[in-house]
Amino acid sequence: MSVNTTTAEEVRPPSPPGPIRWLKKNLFSNWYNSLLTVISGVIVFFALKAVILWVFFEANWDPVTHSLKLFAVGQYPPDQLWRVGTIVCMVSFLFGVSWKVWGGTVRTFALAIALVLGVAGLLPVSMGLGLRLWFLSNPLLTAIGYQVGRTPVGKSKWVALGWVVSFFLTIILLTGIEGLPWLPPVKSGLWGGLLLTFLLAMVGIAASFPIGVALALGRQSSLPVVKAFCVLFIELVRGVPLVTVLFMASIILPLFLPEDVRIDRVLRAMMGMTLFAAAYMAENVRGGLQAIPKGQVEAAKAVGLNGFQTMALIVLPQALRLVIPAIVGQFIALFMDTTLAVIVGLMELLAVGRAVLESNVEWKLLNMEVYIFIAAIFWIFNYSMSYASRRLEAALGVGKR
Amino acid sequence: MSQEHIQVITSSNIPLWRDERIIKGIVQVISAIAVIGFVAFAIGNVINAAHERGLSLGYDFINQSAGFPLAESVIPYDESKSFGYAFLVGVLNTLRAALVGIVAATLLGTLAALARLSTNWLVNKIASVYIETVRNIPLLVQLFIWYFAVFQGLPDVQESIRWPGPIFLSKRGIYMPAPVPTGTFGAWMGFVIVGLVLAIVLRIVLGRYQLQTGRTTYPVATAFAVFFGLPLLGWFIVGQSPLTVDLPVMGKFNFTGGLRLTIEYAALLTGLVIYTGAFIAEVVRAGILAVNRGQFEAARALGLSNMQVLRLVVFPQAMRVIIPPLISQYLNLTKNSSLAVAVGYPDLFYVGRTIINQAGRAVPVFSMVMGVYLFTSLTTSVLMNFYNRRVQLVER
Repeated sequence: MSVNTTTAEEVRPPSPPGPIRWLKKNLFSNWYNSLLTVISGVIVFFALKAVILWVFFEANWDPVTHSLKLFAVGQYPPDQLWRVGTIVCMVSFLFGVSWKVWGGTVRTFALAIALVLGVAGLLPVSMGLGLRLWFLSNPLLTAIGYQVGRTPVGKSKWVALGWVVSFFLTIILLTGIEGLPWLPPVKSGLWGGLLLTFLLAMVGIAASFPIGVALALGRQSSLPVVKAFCVLFIELVRGVPLVTVLFMASIILPLFLPEDVRIDRVLRAMMGMTLFAAAYMAENVRGGLQAIPKGQVEAAKAVGLNGFQTMALIVLPQALRLVIPAIVGQFIALFMDTTLAVIVGLMELLAVGRAVLESNVEWKLLNMEVYIFIAAIFWIFNYSMSYASRRLEAALGVGKR
Repeated sequence: MSQEHIQVITSSNIPLWRDERIIKGIVQVISAIAVIGFVAFAIGNVINAAHERGLSLGYDFINQSAGFPLAESVIPYDESKSFGYAFLVGVLNTLRAALVGIVAATLLGTLAALARLSTNWLVNKIASVYIETVRNIPLLVQLFIWYFAVFQGLPDVQESIRWPGPIFLSKRGIYMPAPVPTGTFGAWMGFVIVGLVLAIVLRIVLGRYQLQTGRTTYPVATAFAVFFGLPLLGWFIVGQSPLTVDLPVMGKFNFTGGLRLTIEYAALLTGLVIYTGAFIAEVVRAGILAVNRGQFEAARALGLSNMQVLRLVVFPQAMRVIIPPLISQYLNLTKNSSLAVAVGYPDLFYVGRTIINQAGRAVPVFSMVMGVYLFTSLTTSVLMNFYNRRVQLVER
């Protein structure tokens, strides 16, 4: 009988959650929690106060607001900026199509980009009409892309093809073509800022993907020589810091090449990044390959597929789907690692920041403002990407096994 | 018919180009030739380039005088020392940053992980904000902020910020009290060593005794008491205090005495610790969460106290999950310490680059720099594999 009463007691629904109850449960449940709350509350209050005062009243944001173009594209020729604009428009459009076709996490990305660019176009600051229209055209293009995604063109393979084509188009648009009057070549030394940061990360991840897959397959291979070479490369690269790889690519690589072969500095840094990323990509892909049950291979063999077909048609498609979140994670890491290019003399974001500080005597001591701005840019991109990647992971159910 | 079929498969009359063993062999030979050929081509080019520019590829420069100053060093260094010695200074500086960084980052990370697991909403949120902020900003940007914006923005010596106690922060560095051994230090060290040995022995003997008889012997508590008690006793027995404290004194342009940390070292260490701490926090949190809740409940049902549950049940199981990623964070920290070059702390990479500028031996110097990093990584991963195998055996 008494047992019954207790159960009834427990089953009784809890009193409606109110703010007081929430406070008591989450902040003042016992004496040391209360003490902890009070102490950390005081610390948070003063820290927030100091930060807000600094951001809105003490900081001098002149070096940032006067150099937004430098931070965005570096020294890319002003009369050729339409190319960068076109690339962004193309990406907006493709995101619109992918949103309809792939949905899910892509939607978050598409919405985020459209929102950011759209809001930027509506900001009540002085900017040219052209720039404002360009900003506003991006959300529009995303919307158009979404509608295009509804037509028969909206097939997964066409979208994928579109992304691949856009990648090469980006490179062609940025570098230009010799002899084409409306698309004069732009030296890579003029690329900079966020543009270069993105380019380094994109090229790094895109180029390291096939190399990484090959290395991962090589590492799994039953051929001892091939396996040894792959393991050697992967462990060698993973064992040293990226700075040394970049430094090697920029200083030592030219020595390894014949006298008459000269590689552009940006391209050398890209090669270093790619090789570095490939070793890590290989380990990610290997994780995916190992997660595929043996039965899949056996079943494929049983229906008469040869080794190559088994890999290409059965194992790889499943394995690669599993490693998508890991690849997004690696892209974020690589995006952050592009800052190291400043050490080998590329004009990426940090280097632009430095140049801006040196460009005006009055700005010399405004280190905090400039670097905090750069940190904020990275934080916004990385946080939204990792947020999307977590949702992607949940959608694919990768972490749940 | 089946007889015939089997015969076809097992017999060796398969054409050569379809024999798997031969195909595999050929593929291997071709890939070996390709890789070796590529490496030989590259090395040939280096030798060519070196020959044409009159560069040497040997390691003989190691004994030549370095002729460049280094801002800080653990061992005495001046410009007359050799390149090899300067390289050693770089290695030691890297180790100094890495080891101190690892200890501090572990403490910070564990603290943040516990805060992140706390039921206190505010503490929990503070830890989340710290982790999410720091993980999403590149380390190099953080180092730039610490070095150029924070530490270079410190006041001059005369207006040094004085922390509670005799710790002074200024552009010239961070000055703090340093312990200085006196004449009785040797005798006192004897007590410390005996205390340590005795503590270990007691821990093992009492632990075994407890396991065999089931009687509570408090092995860990006894060991700690001996480890701290004996040196404390020795401190009074040796008469004169074995250590004195050297306080920094503010001079006209600089401090004298005390222990000095350069702002380069301080910035590098702060950046590395805060960055790696956030990653370690996630590793530790994941490890603790990985322990099944049932384990905790079962231990409580057996009548273990809260502390015992943590120490005997949760902690050993969490460690098995924590250790491998923790070690890889330690390795990351060590590799990331090469970013010291951006703040001007003379670590391995910085010294290597300076030697290349001075002696012009890019290839040999670089092979040494990468060799040291590789050696560290590979030995660590060998040790880790060994540890992993050990804890896994315990499990079964």
